[in-house]
Formats: sequence, structure tokens, C-alpha cells
Amino acid sequence: MTLNTNLKNIFLVVFTTLILSACSTAKKSGDLDGDVYTGKETVKYLASGVPDRVFFATNKSSLTTASRATLRKQATFLRKNKKLNVTIEGHADERGTREYNLALGERRANAARDYLMTYGISGKRISVISYGKEKPVNPASSPLAWSQNRRSVTVKVN
Amino acid sequence: MKKILLALFAYFILSNSSYALIEVDITRGNLDPLPIAVSPLHVDTKSEQDDNIKVKELGNDISAIIEKNFRNTGLFNPLKKDAFVQKPDIAHLKPRFEDWRLIKAQALVTGKLLVKDGKLKVEFRLWDLTAAQEMTALAFTTTPSNWRRVAHIISDKIYERLTGEEGYFDTRIIYVSETGLKSERIKKLAIMDQDGANTKYLTLGNELVLTPRFNPTNQMVTYLSYFRNMPRVYLLDIETGVQEVVGNFPGMTFAPRFSPDGKKIIMSFAKDGNSDIYTMDLETRVVERITNHSSIDTSPSFSPDGKYIVFNSDRSGLQQIYVMRSDGSNVKRITFGKGIYGTPVWSPRGDLIAFTKVRKGRFFIGVMRVDGTGERLLTENFYQEAPSWSPNGRVLVFYRETKAGSKGEGFSASLWSIDITGYNERKLKTKTDASDPSWSSLLSK
Repeated sequence: MTLNTNLKNIFLVVFTTLILSACSTAKKSGDLDGDVYTGKETVKYLASGVPDRVFFATNKSSLTTASRATLRKQATFLRKNKKLNVTIEGHADERGTREYNLALGERRANAARDYLMTYGISGKRISVISYGKEKPVNPASSPLAWSQNRRSVTVKVN
Repeated sequence: MKKILLALFAYFILSNSSYALIEVDITRGNLDPLPIAVSPLHVDTKSEQDDNIKVKELGNDISAIIEKNFRNTGLFNPLKKDAFVQKPDIAHLKPRFEDWRLIKAQALVTGKLLVKDGKLKVEFRLWDLTAAQEMTALAFTTTPSNWRRVAHIISDKIYERLTGEEGYFDTRIIYVSETGLKSERIKKLAIMDQDGANTKYLTLGNELVLTPRFNPTNQMVTYLSYFRNMPRVYLLDIETGVQEVVGNFPGMTFAPRFSPDGKKIIMSFAKDGNSDIYTMDLETRVVERITNHSSIDTSPSFSPDGKYIVFNSDRSGLQQIYVMRSDGSNVKRITFGKGIYGTPVWSPRGDLIAFTKVRKGRFFIGVMRVDGTGERLLTENFYQEAPSWSPNGRVLVFYRETKAGSKGEGFSASLWSIDITGYNERKLKTKTDASDPSWSSLLSK
């Protein structure tokens, strides 16, 4: 009986530690919200304070609150630079079939494009291209790398 | 008497571990490999020299290829030549059956060849050693440089005679050759014989290329190229090297395959975040839209009679496999298992659909009946996908990628094959890393 309770306590302790440590790793590096990357490690900038990319959940192309904030910054930047055209590159992680990932990358790039358009950027200024899983920014096979690779990147054309 | 039999039976089970193998083979179906002796082909002494080929060695070289083909099927056990009891020329006339039976051979292949006037003449015979009779024989003439194909054609004829099914040795595989770092892969279209010989590169690697597929006569290939950074489906004539874009689509086209009659290409076209399936008639250039759905519809593959199309779609929320009539009507979902399903390919026999399944972070290659029942998962791995059928519908080739370390180290891509029984999984030898294999039909058909 005592042994049982003791064991239970130990389990509880171990369990709590696991939860805490899991939270702390995710939070400490500020890297993941669910499985959407929130870090800055791979991010480049179109201009000061204007990140070039947004990240997606596995198999999803919906924009997170953070992604929408980033895209609004891009829209503001593009409004200020009227002659600038961009290509949005859509990417997927390596954990899907190649052909589906090509389609998924295209869908992600268009999700970003559509959002820029709702903020007044002409569709004529924004082309899209999907690379599927072909161009990982992080070549590792890890959940963190995959989250960094599920992205759409806005690239200046001229 | 019963007791004696029982005792004998027990003795066999206990006495020799090799019997255990045979037992397992029986439960697997028909996998007890047939012991076969492949005699070197006798080289006629009247043969002339050839500048490019060691004529003297040709008899050994051809029989070595036949043996390798047979061993790779898992269905045959080619016996060691040092136990062979008769010289090739004498055996070819008429083997001493009882002597060959002594080395436990059940079938024997003999043959002879002559190189003369720039021609290679070959004949071979297949002997049933138990019944002491000739099973099949064939003679043919070709150019000496075709000697490897001769070995494959002989292999096909023997396979056909012994299994009752068409062979798949005189075939090629087209694939994507990969070199360089994982994040900067250089990809080229490559083609090789089914056994890994005669590798040739069809593109230079200047642009990304993906998913090549043969047409039914193996002269054309359709694939995806990022030429000028515009991902489009292309058509390539292998012999002339002439390439052209398929259709005039204002966006990415991908996932191409030929229709079974070779007249159309079926593919996906992505626009505004939505991918649907289209066909284009190569002669009339008429484009038809086959699906019209807000989901991703891709990886289409025709049934061999051309009446149906299998494809994958995420219209249910996740990637699943659907079948429809070739005009796009009557769409029916056929996969309901746990996990996601992709890359369906209809078997050339029409009876099965091969697919990739992803479940709990693991990748499976499987087959199921065309209504989605009878799912069998053949192999599980960290990452593998894109099965392609051998022309007789008995073997699948697919590609696998390994898990990479934090800097991408340890990454590789390679071609593998597996029988649809789930046995005989093996890695194909390629000159470089390789992915996206597509198996040709029989070249000599």
C-alpha cells in the first residue's frame, strides 16, 4: 500500500517534470505554437521589421494570427514600394508525398497572396511558385526543421 | 505405418533447420525457390572477334545476367556452376538428366551463341529435369551490342514458361538521379536497365526535374520540370531528345501520367490555391477538366482499360484515395483506414491499386483491391513513397529517404523493390542517389 502510494507520487512527479520540461523547451526557444514555427532562426527581412516568411501547421494552409501580422507588415511595405513585385514561394515539409506537397505549397503561397491582396496589394504584383518539399531551409529530419520548412516566403523580384 | 510417417515427419522438422525455411515458404504461398542450373552458353568456335565485346566471355556473361535476374525474383535458386556436370555444348544437345538431378537441379538452361558477320545468333533451351524433357526453346539473331538484352529476353521466356506469367527483365526504369547536399539537390532524369546496367542521363541538372513516367511504348517520358523557374509538365522523346511543354496552362502543372493508349496525358493543374485534374490529348491538344473541387486533387492514374481514374484528394479534410469514371463522374472514396493515403497507381493487370500510406509518422507501401478492400501493407519505413508497377503486376519499385541529422548529414534517397506478396524486398543499385522510379513495359513486346 505504502509502496503503491509512493510509486504513484513518483509517477506524478515524473509526469509533472515531463510536462514542465516539454513546455519549457518549446517556450524557452520560442519555437513552436502547436506545430507552427514561431521562432526567427530562418527568417530574413524584406526591410527592417518586415519578415519575409510565414509558417504553417502540418498539412494546413491557414494563416495563424502571427502570420497575418507578418503579412500585414509586408502589405504596408509593398504599398510604400509601389514598383516592387514579389514572388511568394510555397513550401512543405518532407513528411508528405511529393505530388501532394507540390499542391500544398501552391495552396500555402496563395493563402499568403490572398491575404496581401485583401490589404490592397494588386494580384498582378504577386506571382506564386510551389517547391513542395524540394527546397528545405533546414535539412534536418526533426519536428523543428519540419516546422521551419512549412513556409511561404515572399521574395523581391525586381 | 502412421507412426513411421509421423516419426519421419518429426525427424525432418527437427533434424535440419533448412526444412523450417521451406515450411515458412509454403505458408507464404509459392516462394520455395526453384533450384535451377543455368549453364554458360556455348560460344561457337567459328565466332569472330568483335571490337567492343569479349566474345569468348559472352557465354558466361549472358548466363550470369540470367542467374542474377532469377535470384532477384526470389522465386528461383540458381545453383553454383562449380557443381555442373556437363560441358555447355554437350548439355545443350541433350543433357544427362539423371546427372543434373544429382546436384538437386529441377530445371536447366542451356544455350549456344555465334558471332558472325556483325550478327549475334543465340539459341537456348529450357529443360525440365524431373520429367526429362525440353520445355521451351528459342533462337534469335541481333546485333552483338544487344547482348545484355538477349540475356534479359531469355530470362523473360524462361520466367514465363515456369511461372505462367509474363516476365519483367527486358525492361527499363526511369528515375530522378540526385546528387549534392539535401538542401541543394541537383536532380537529373536518368534511365537504366531494370538490373541497373546502362545508366544514361537525359537532362543536365540545370533545373529541378521530378516524377518522370514512361508512355506505353517507352519512347516518350512525361515529367515535371522547373525550366525557367516555371513548374510545368513536359514531354520528352527519349531517342531524339526533343522536349516540349504539355499544354498552355497559366500556372503549375504536375503529377503527369500517360493514358493507357498513350494518347493523353493526365495531370494536375494548380491555380489560386486549388489543384484539379486535367487531361490533354497529345494529338488534338484538346484540354479537358476532369475534377472541379476546391480541394487538392492530384496523383491521377488510369485503369489499364482507360475507363477509370484513381487519384488522391483532401476533400474529406485529409489525403484519401478516390476512384471516378474517366470523364470525372461517379467519384467514390475508396480508402477509409486510419492515416492518410497518397500516390495511387493502378496495376497493369487491373486488379490492384498500389499506394503510399502515412500513419503515426511512418510511411507504408501497400496494395488494395480497386474498391479499396483487402488492404495489405507491404513495407514500413521512415520515408518511402511513389510505387510503380512491374509490367506483369507482380513487383513494385518505389523510393526511400533516410532520416537526416541536424545538418542534413546521413540523408540518402534510393530505389527499392518488393513483391506484392510482401516478400523479396531489395535495394536497386543506382549510380547516384535516386527517387521517383517509373518502370517501363516489356521492351521486346
